Amino acid sequence: MTQLVLEQLLNGLQFGLMLFLIASGLTLVFGIMDMINLSHGSLYMGGAYLGAAAAQASGSFVTGLLAAMLGMAVIGIVLELLLLRKLYRRDHLTQVLATFALILIANDLVRMIWGPQPLLLNPPAALAGPVELFGFSYPAYRLLIIAVGLLVALCLYVLVSHTRVGMWVRAGAANRTMAECMGVDVRWLFTGLFALGAALAAAAGTLLGPLLAVQVGMGESILILAFVVIVIGGIGSIRGALVGALLVGIVDTLGRALLPTLLRTVSSPEVAGHLGPALASIMIYLLMAAILFWRPQGLFPARA
Amino acid sequence: MNKSRRGNFVEAGVLLAAAGLPFILLALGEAFYIGFATRLLIFALAATSLNFIVGYGGMVAFGHAAFFGGGAYVVAFLMQAGIVSAWIAWPLAILATVVAALAIGALSLRTRGVYFIMITLAFAQMIYYSIISLQSAGGDDGLPLAQRSTLAPLDLASDTTLYWIALATLAICLIALRRLARSPYGRALAGLRQNEQRMEALGFPVDRLKLVCFVIGAGVAGLAGALLANQEGLASPNLLYWTQSGMLLVMVILGGVGQRYGGVLGALVLLGLEEALGQITEYTHLVIGLALLAVVLFAPHGLAGLARRRRA
Repeated sequence: MTQLVLEQLLNGLQFGLMLFLIASGLTLVFGIMDMINLSHGSLYMGGAYLGAAAAQASGSFVTGLLAAMLGMAVIGIVLELLLLRKLYRRDHLTQVLATFALILIANDLVRMIWGPQPLLLNPPAALAGPVELFGFSYPAYRLLIIAVGLLVALCLYVLVSHTRVGMWVRAGAANRTMAECMGVDVRWLFTGLFALGAALAAAAGTLLGPLLAVQVGMGESILILAFVVIVIGGIGSIRGALVGALLVGIVDTLGRALLPTLLRTVSSPEVAGHLGPALASIMIYLLMAAILFWRPQGLFPARA
Repeated sequence: MNKSRRGNFVEAGVLLAAAGLPFILLALGEAFYIGFATRLLIFALAATSLNFIVGYGGMVAFGHAAFFGGGAYVVAFLMQAGIVSAWIAWPLAILATVVAALAIGALSLRTRGVYFIMITLAFAQMIYYSIISLQSAGGDDGLPLAQRSTLAPLDLASDTTLYWIALATLAICLIALRRLARSPYGRALAGLRQNEQRMEALGFPVDRLKLVCFVIGAGVAGLAGALLANQEGLASPNLLYWTQSGMLLVMVILGGVGQRYGGVLGALVLLGLEEALGQITEYTHLVIGLALLAVVLFAPHGLAGLARRRRA
């Protein structure tokens, strides 16, 4: 039992860190420009496809990962300059319409280029096997994801809280107009941020590729999870995104693994069999509703 | 006065033409399109109900699929339990969505703006995942209906009758919602959209007014879902997924938020475009997405707003 819990905790940590890669870009876009970007999931999907295609072509997973990040960063910059820039001053409804249109376009484009079949992405050969860890075996590839996730989280933390650029970002999130008055060029800062967010989403897409399927529509389910994460953490806060992502990742993974078993101990097997999976899949939404109920601004509100 | 009378004539003419449509389609030998036209009317009804919440109530609800799909599932569940009569099943579908909307709305209205969007989305996703993890609801495959509901003395098994029922429901709902918008309650909602704090200071029960609006919209969506389950012969989980909420919202914005026929127009254009493009290309959504972007950039107030500007 302890071993199962420990293993699921690691899985939850790994999933949470990947959610953080996706949510960190989303929360900054949302927090600084007050912009609802539904197409962030499409950046994740695009990254996964680019990564899988580049990895297949070059035979190297690392090349695929780097190509995906670079490619999506460029696409992100183009998208920001051509379209999103025009949307910041519009209302939320217009942003929903435009970015929903982007989802439709992205899904069909991907289908057009790579076809409707899911793409196969293999983990690097050196990491395909399991490793011994605290007396049980754990897939080496998942450990790599955890390590990369932690590294990126650390880099982002240093970038946001210990550099001048990070200071601008925080100032922009707390009060954009005031930051502009103090001479921060929020427009270009934002183009850069959007590119960074796109690259991080692409990294998550490629890293999760070997574990989940690389297919059309993969962005839609993860997008909602990313929104849950940033609403829990507080819109615009990187720290909130990290805490929210880990909470969502661990609660979701542990809930799915343990809830049905736990329910069986307190109720009849029949009830548990029906209720367990349903309850497990809505745990994170319950968590979000509860947090919004008691702390309507999320755990770490970015705006004072 | 004169202008509004001319408007009434136009509306009556459109309604008559719509009522006569099945005869034309049958004469042309295109009976298939009666089903498609019924779908259009049902989605127009669902989009209109969302437009009431978004456009009149000023609440950007991103979970309308829960009520739309919910209505469909209630009819399918009741059918499974042997309750076939529409006189019982459809009111129960409305009742169930109204009760759900009361609970969801009461909790969600504690938040504002972006957080309201997100919390309605979260509740809708909860309902989606609860339903697809239920074995008795058919999981990912959805719940098929053994037959259409019976609506004695009418014969719902006929596609034409179902079309007329959908048309009549849409017309009645449009008239009722317009009356509501002109009533003292509708005036209070209009005041809320302009300045919530002032209305609160004037002594209006702001949250209760908004909750009533949310619940009415949800109930109409439930009825639309009940109709759709009959048209498709299936309560599908796709109806509950968040992309369905997105589609309905896109219809409303496309047609024109808060415009009387915004929801109808948006549904007709979007589904019509999808059907027409489907004939020529496999990548319909690509074209639709580009068209939506064009609307965002060049027609900020939706299609109804575009028509209005042209007239002025």
